[in-house]
Amino acid sequence: MSDILVSQAGLQADDFTLFDLPRQFALDRAAVDARWKAMQREAHPDRFAAQGASAQRIAMQWSVRINEAYQRLKEPLSRAAYLCELAGVPVQAQTNTAMPAQFLMQQMEWREELEAANTSLELDAIVEMVERERIKMLQQCEHALDVAHEPAQAVSAVRSLMFIDKFLQDVHQRIDQIS
Amino acid sequence: MALLQISEPGQSPNPHGRRVAIGIDLGTTHSLVASVRHGIAECLPDAQGRVLLPSVVRYLADGRRQIGFEALAQQTADPRNTIASVKRLMGRGLNDVKLPQQADYSLIDSGAMVQVSTCAGIKSPVEVSAEILATLRYRAEDTFNDDIFGAVITVPAYFDDAQRQATKDAAKLAGLNVLRLISEPTAAAIAYGLDNAVEGVYAVYDLGGGTFDISILRLSVGVFEVIATGGDTALGGDDYDRVLADLIVARTGIAPPDAVARAQLMAQARQLKEALSAETQVELADAGITITRSEFEAASASLTERTLVAARKALRDASMTVNDVKGVVLVGGSTRMPQIRAAVANYFAQEPLINLNPDEVVALGAAIQANQLAGNNPEGDLLLLDVIPLSLGVETYGGLVERIVPRNQTIPTAMAQDFTTYKDGQTALALHVVQGERDLVADCRSLARFELRGIPPMAAGAARIRVTFTVDADGLLSVHAREQVSSVEAQIEVRPSYGLTDQQIAGMLQESFRTAQEDMQARALVEARVDADRLLLAIRGALDADGDLLEDNERVAIDAAIDALVAGLSSHSPAEIESLSKALALATESFAAMRMNRGISQALSGRHIETI
Repeated sequence: MSDILVSQAGLQADDFTLFDLPRQFALDRAAVDARWKAMQREAHPDRFAAQGASAQRIAMQWSVRINEAYQRLKEPLSRAAYLCELAGVPVQAQTNTAMPAQFLMQQMEWREELEAANTSLELDAIVEMVERERIKMLQQCEHALDVAHEPAQAVSAVRSLMFIDKFLQDVHQRIDQIS
Repeated sequence: MALLQISEPGQSPNPHGRRVAIGIDLGTTHSLVASVRHGIAECLPDAQGRVLLPSVVRYLADGRRQIGFEALAQQTADPRNTIASVKRLMGRGLNDVKLPQQADYSLIDSGAMVQVSTCAGIKSPVEVSAEILATLRYRAEDTFNDDIFGAVITVPAYFDDAQRQATKDAAKLAGLNVLRLISEPTAAAIAYGLDNAVEGVYAVYDLGGGTFDISILRLSVGVFEVIATGGDTALGGDDYDRVLADLIVARTGIAPPDAVARAQLMAQARQLKEALSAETQVELADAGITITRSEFEAASASLTERTLVAARKALRDASMTVNDVKGVVLVGGSTRMPQIRAAVANYFAQEPLINLNPDEVVALGAAIQANQLAGNNPEGDLLLLDVIPLSLGVETYGGLVERIVPRNQTIPTAMAQDFTTYKDGQTALALHVVQGERDLVADCRSLARFELRGIPPMAAGAARIRVTFTVDADGLLSVHAREQVSSVEAQIEVRPSYGLTDQQIAGMLQESFRTAQEDMQARALVEARVDADRLLLAIRGALDADGDLLEDNERVAIDAAIDALVAGLSSHSPAEIESLSKALALATESFAAMRMNRGISQALSGRHIETI
């Protein structure tokens, strides 16, 4: 019983603490991956396959929690959103959709270009342009979170990145249709 | 009898008392069972030395069943009662089943999972699959002369929840303890990875009899991480057979008039396909036509192209390009077709790996995983990190899907979603869970409807019902719900859309206990015959070697007992065969004693000479 209680406490830890990584935006993806695999090696239910149902259940709780944290930590966008949340300024993507006018203008231009694009060459050019913008936004996130320690500033970059990712998905869908 | 014993004493097939764990590849056209023995995974052969078991079950009017080669041999003669490609029916409704042409049995719409009408009654695909699994279980039990601790069973990576659940139910029905369901490409990667000690990103291209899977995996020391998976559950070698059958019909101008002729045509098409993998053209003498490989390839190019489209999607999901792929593994008998190998080599810009038998590689990988899960390999560092192949969502207003677990997320995984009530005092809530990538419920597969009951009555919108969707390591979904304000756990009633309810499974188990009587009878008969054959073989050998010990009348008595047993072998009564075997053993008792005396005296004289 005491084992389970200790586990529950561990399960409540935040993602960075769980992964034993510094609470910051800039993380080495290889380090995140390596830590994830090392932890799953200890906790995955397959390790307890021969030890009965209750051992399996506890292992699964851990394994699920580790995967959940990994999912958030591995992608820069979700990691940034999570850091904002931990800092008390949640992104609230669903309820707060107000964006700067300039950004919305740019989005509309991109949409028009996507409508007009007919060849994979044109679509590739759009992908390249949007990827550049994406990298710029990620740099803004890193500066706001790790250097300026102004999570509220990071929130607007995170929202922009969400729009950018959605747009990239649509471009790739078009590329699929064309080929 | 002691001298007539054949097997060496102390040579138990399973010397260290380990847990016998098996891997089963439950395939569309054939199935295999493998196990790790002496540190090496190998496929277990049947009594005739064949490792492949055709995934074919024939139901007979008297309640008996034929499974495997016996059933396959009767497929053209009795197509209506001979169930092949049952994997295509697992967890499916009548409307989503696309059967190959040689399947001529009649399907029944039960409102849920499709069923098959046979002369022995209505059968669920789960029951048919259980027959195949039980046959493989008996094979393994016979091989090890021991009970099976547990099994790892493979499923196509692209199988949805209903198809996985149906597979697991079939294993339960066959009396197997399922250690884990793993995906076929992952199993293949295990077999390859451990054999070749590879590292890096690999693509597994698996074209079986009825399904196509493509998986992108990252392999590092002992860790098999699935990054993305895709495919088509209704595309396989059977479809190439159909292309050839159409080609034959077009060239001869003769369409098969009935079910038997259709089955013959499909069998002919399959043979032709296999021949065209070795030859560039094949003449069908009785039909008076010749079909070339290039004709076949042109006619089936769109099928091959469909596999490459799926491969490109999987790479995209993995955020990778073909340049990141270090090797391509081919799995499934259909990858023997030269056009597949050429298309794969061309797309990935490298020659695919083919050094393991594509028919066996999945079962071998499953056996390696089973061995580790059973705890036989404590130092083993094998870790499988698989993903959910299709997104999970719930139905919202207007028939739209709200995504809850996105595809290609590592399992086990869980996601929570809050729901509320829309009426004062509402105590129940209905949830419809679907699987698929489309935005409309109608375009996704319905998994199950959940009824949450026992929500404490509150004002509309006041309740916060947190529903947790958990996908376990087998890729199977379970749902829990708790009202957050009152902490009341809601009771959940599950109505699977294409699966079986717990009551149905219980009913089938009961049915199988009844037929188990007949099964035991059939098995006892086989065992009695095998034992009699062994006895006859041993006695004939003994007579050849030491027949000179016998007086004429003794020899006559033994020969009569032999003749009686040989004649009795065709009997269907195991008791009769056993009693004839006993009579023969009795008739040879004094002969055995004389042989023993001769043997000992020879041994003693031998030693005597040596010591001098």
